[in-house]
Amino acid sequence: MKVTFPHMGHMWICLSAMLEYLGVNVVVPPPTSKRTLTLGARHAPEFACLPLKLNLGNFMEAAEQGADTILMAGGCGPCRFGYYAQVEHAILEDLGYNYRLVVLEPPRKHIGELLSKIKYITGHSSWREVIKGIYFGYQKARMVDDLEKQAHFLRPREVQRGSTDRAFKRALQEVIAARHPQDLPKVREKVRRIMGAVAVKPRPVLRVGIVGEIFTLLEPFVNYDLERKLGYLGVETDRSIYLSEWINDHLFLGLVRGQRSRKEACRAAAPYLNHFVGGHGQETVGSAVIYARQGYDGVIQLLPFTCMPEIVAHSVLPGISSELGIPVLTITVDEQSGEAGLVTRLEAFVDLLARRKGVVVQ
Amino acid sequence: MKIGIPRALLYYYYIPLWRTFFEALGLEVVISRPTTKTILESGLRHTGDDVCLPVRVAFGHIIDLKDRVDVLFLPRLVSIARREYICPKFLGFPDMVRQGISGLPPLIEADLNLYRRDSLYPFFSALGRNFTSNRFAIYLACRRAQQVQARYIQLLEKGFFPEEARAALSGGTGEEQREPARGWPRVAVIGHPYNIYDPYISMNLLSRLARSGVHVCTADNLPEALVREHAARLPKHLFWSLGQRMIGAAWHYLQRPDVDGIIHVASFACGPDSLTGELISREVKRRGKPFLNLTLDEHSAEAGVVTRLEAFLDMMRRRPLLQVGGNGR
Repeated sequence: MKVTFPHMGHMWICLSAMLEYLGVNVVVPPPTSKRTLTLGARHAPEFACLPLKLNLGNFMEAAEQGADTILMAGGCGPCRFGYYAQVEHAILEDLGYNYRLVVLEPPRKHIGELLSKIKYITGHSSWREVIKGIYFGYQKARMVDDLEKQAHFLRPREVQRGSTDRAFKRALQEVIAARHPQDLPKVREKVRRIMGAVAVKPRPVLRVGIVGEIFTLLEPFVNYDLERKLGYLGVETDRSIYLSEWINDHLFLGLVRGQRSRKEACRAAAPYLNHFVGGHGQETVGSAVIYARQGYDGVIQLLPFTCMPEIVAHSVLPGISSELGIPVLTITVDEQSGEAGLVTRLEAFVDLLARRKGVVVQ
Repeated sequence: MKIGIPRALLYYYYIPLWRTFFEALGLEVVISRPTTKTILESGLRHTGDDVCLPVRVAFGHIIDLKDRVDVLFLPRLVSIARREYICPKFLGFPDMVRQGISGLPPLIEADLNLYRRDSLYPFFSALGRNFTSNRFAIYLACRRAQQVQARYIQLLEKGFFPEEARAALSGGTGEEQREPARGWPRVAVIGHPYNIYDPYISMNLLSRLARSGVHVCTADNLPEALVREHAARLPKHLFWSLGQRMIGAAWHYLQRPDVDGIIHVASFACGPDSLTGELISREVKRRGKPFLNLTLDEHSAEAGVVTRLEAFLDMMRRRPLLQVGGNGR
């Protein structure tokens, strides 16, 4: 059995750490590329959202490397993601791929449904080992997220352009290379030294909160490395969702203390959006409100074309923008998006923010 | 007191229920005018580009109503069946309206949520308390409304379309006299009620088909249980109620030898339809029935739709000839 899974930013680091710790044979799909997108968009339904198309492309590329089992998350709606796995599997079957599908999702009748699926993937590992494996993956996710947060801070302040990215890449390799939970403290120390070596100088920066749909937030391929681009424009960014926070909220039910939780965001969404709308729609609205209250200079919303929850959020964001006085830019991505168009819009947005604040950035 | 109900979204399923309930409580029900260009355009002006057509039309209907009524009925339709939703936009619709339209009359709001329970009473009781403190009156109104709704559903299952069924309900009698629809070929039109039953949005699809002698049937002409039985063949329970109906009906009509073809109607960029439509068309391909996929949006031009429809009907009419001649393939 060779297990594969779809890409979502750096999620593969956490997932393959977890699975390999448990002795599962993992095929990480090749990094998402133009080819992935072309393959996926050719066979996926036209109006399906972008993540579905990329997932499909990932699976087709992973099959070339011998993967035969798909491990995916599911859901119970109303966001389309809950039905991704089934539609993708139907498409792959019609194309002649022979994939087994294992969907981890909230069970409909009995918790046993979920447990037996985990057992199927992990084979002979004991539950104790499984839990240790999951926690190992989570710790890696957290380290990667910390690295990203540091990079967001350093990039607009770095002395030598590109030094942050080089350090980030090296540090990421260290995290990836860690094979065992016992290695993590050493890696953490090493990573701290690498990131600490980036030279910075104090200069005025703008602060922008990025909100929106989780896949487009986490996957640099679809958002054209938005955070890096903003960093080079002199903007420090924060993101409403990090992978480790998502894991803590949805898998650990918020047990790990000291991490931001979606509950705050959902509370802050009232009175603009008073009900959950699936996906991360309510979190998007609530996070925009929180960023406005925290004095951020602007908010950028990211969504894949036709994403239903984010369209609802998009419809109420103008009210927040005018009432709380924070500029909001909405960016929709799909397979037709172009990088140059995005850059122009970002530059214009950053100019607007800088003038409002009366500062000169880079 | 006048209460406004927009002629949009699930109006076509639920209007007898809403109307009977409010009338039993002594309110005057005002329904927005049938969709026109003006209504559509005012809806377009008040919504973002990426919002789907049905929601944009619904905005137009609310604008049509807002100055003519004392209160506006704007329920949040969270779930109309166990463990199912309708679509995220239905969940957020009241919030979108409040942000998008200014000068609204007082809103009569309540969450209709059958995700974990089966009774409609809590919903109606929340609604009724806006108008009366008499619980018994609310209970009676709720019961009466559900009786009328049950008759409406029966009429739909007999082959009536919503407007005809509504006329039959308010006319009191006459439902038995209606002769069964005839015609050939027999075509199943599969689409969300607010797309296929709104003549302006569907560009008179149903009446156009009827005029060319086609016998039309829709998903709503099938009993709920039958639809669900077919949808249960999916590998996983589908969590969109309308999607259940679309898939269940399509798969049922696919099996029926007396149904000659299927027309799938979806609005541009409809989320659930992008997946359920895909599952339907894959099944159709396996079984080889004539299939037409019509996508509607605010730019749809009538001539284009008519041409495609005519071509589709021609194809269906010629099919038997080809098969008899034996040189069809």
